Amino acid sequence: MPRSAHRTRRILQIAGASAAALLTLSACSSATGSDKGSSSAKPSGTVTVFAAASLEESFKTLGKQFEKEHPGTKVTFNFGGSDTLAASITGGAPADVFAAASTKTMAIVTDKQDAAGRPATFVRNQLEIATPPGNPDRISSLKDLTKPGLKVVLCDRTVPCGAAARKALDAGGLKLTPVSYEQDVKSALTKVELKEADAALVYRTDVRAAGDKVEGVDFPESAEALNDYPIALLENAPNPQAAKAFVALVRSAEGQKVLSRAGFLKP
Amino acid sequence: MTDTPGSRPRRVRHRGRTRLVPIPLLVPALVGLAFLSLPLIALLVRAPWRSLPEQLTSAEVWEALRLSLLCATAATAVSLVVGVPLAWLLARTRFPGRGFVRALVTLPLVLPPVVGGVALLLAFGRGGVVGQWLDSWFGITLPFTTTGVVLAETFVAMPFLVISVEGTLRAADPRYEEAATTLGASRFTAFRRVTLPLIAPGIAAGAVLAWARALGEFGATITFAGNFPGRTQTMPLAVYLALQNDPAAAIALSLVLLAVSIAVLAALRDRWMTAS
Repeated sequence: MPRSAHRTRRILQIAGASAAALLTLSACSSATGSDKGSSSAKPSGTVTVFAAASLEESFKTLGKQFEKEHPGTKVTFNFGGSDTLAASITGGAPADVFAAASTKTMAIVTDKQDAAGRPATFVRNQLEIATPPGNPDRISSLKDLTKPGLKVVLCDRTVPCGAAARKALDAGGLKLTPVSYEQDVKSALTKVELKEADAALVYRTDVRAAGDKVEGVDFPESAEALNDYPIALLENAPNPQAAKAFVALVRSAEGQKVLSRAGFLKP
Repeated sequence: MTDTPGSRPRRVRHRGRTRLVPIPLLVPALVGLAFLSLPLIALLVRAPWRSLPEQLTSAEVWEALRLSLLCATAATAVSLVVGVPLAWLLARTRFPGRGFVRALVTLPLVLPPVVGGVALLLAFGRGGVVGQWLDSWFGITLPFTTTGVVLAETFVAMPFLVISVEGTLRAADPRYEEAATTLGASRFTAFRRVTLPLIAPGIAAGAVLAWARALGEFGATITFAGNFPGRTQTMPLAVYLALQNDPAAAIALSLVLLAVSIAVLAALRDRWMTAS
């Protein structure tokens, strides 16, 4: 008997050690942004913000501003395709704030009751044609993109910029066969920056963020495909206090100034 | 454990030692096994079995699967044509910087595939180091084409073949080749008639491995060749993009790739699974 008891204990010990090893592995993914128990009124700790790739530049600026205004806080970002982000939030990723590039992707999160309160639209974004500097193919309208021999990249229809592109093309009654459906707006833009593609349909904000590496061409059909950007505090936010403050900053006049400088439109 | 009446303690201990796996090894092993197999079981459990026939008969799925199989096979063929001679060079000749060359050849094994895609873009893209000449002299552009997919897959898959063939070559006795050359065969004839048949199993194993790796290639493909149904959209790309708005379709596509991978392992059973 004592022998078997000893053995049982050993088994438990080893099982515990193995489980601990696996937990350590999984803990790596949730180590950031879990500053629970910060119940003081002042925001502190880490805020984890999941935001659409198109928000990268302006949100980074806002993040720095936030850290300066609230000493002791740190804002960490996860930028990516809105759908991917929404999927990881409903999958249980530890995030405080979600800013999506479309209401449709936000709905993925709100449908699963993962958002605390109703999301608020904080900016809108418009499509623009991105061409290499100097616009070598003299593209001046959406119709020009359908010229034969022109290599155009679009976003895949599963991501918001692709859905918007489709809407704009439909509004113009145009049929366009791109050379590739890219997985997010940034990779579409990159193909133009590297001169692999002659043009891409991306957001105005991305063209502006790319500086002089690309040139933007406005087109009237883009008014038919405005994207609303909603932001929401998340239900299982590890740090709701600071998250609330961050959302407030984004929606404040100060935040709107940063966003409109990046090319976003007021909601 | 084996407490049959009348058995002597010594025998019990003896049996215990030979039959039972020590607990400190068994438990972690089972945890490891569970960790590796649970995700695959989850894939089977969550699979939309009822709508599966429907999911798998869509034209887009077949297009992606056809393209995947075609490109993986083409990438394997290219790997065979240039990879086997490369492996021979590494195994049978001596030249300065051979260690460096071997490291270079195996680099794509450890390089993140996306980095490979970026590198390919900078080399063979329309504005790339080599690509701009291809474009201006021959009017050939590789990104966004099926050839681009094959190129990306070859880049990540060929090292597997080279490593496998080089290992087999090192294990094979070079004296057969020497005997052939002393009997009057040229070195190339000796390679073709003696070495190749000798290392055929190694080549086959390397080719299957490279083929499987090419089939699963994602990062380099989406970076270099883009994503267009029927032309550059392979199964892994289709899975990734389907996951964005139709998880059921993504699971269905994943099942197909899982089935193909299992089939490959089954084909290699004799070589690895029963190795003792």
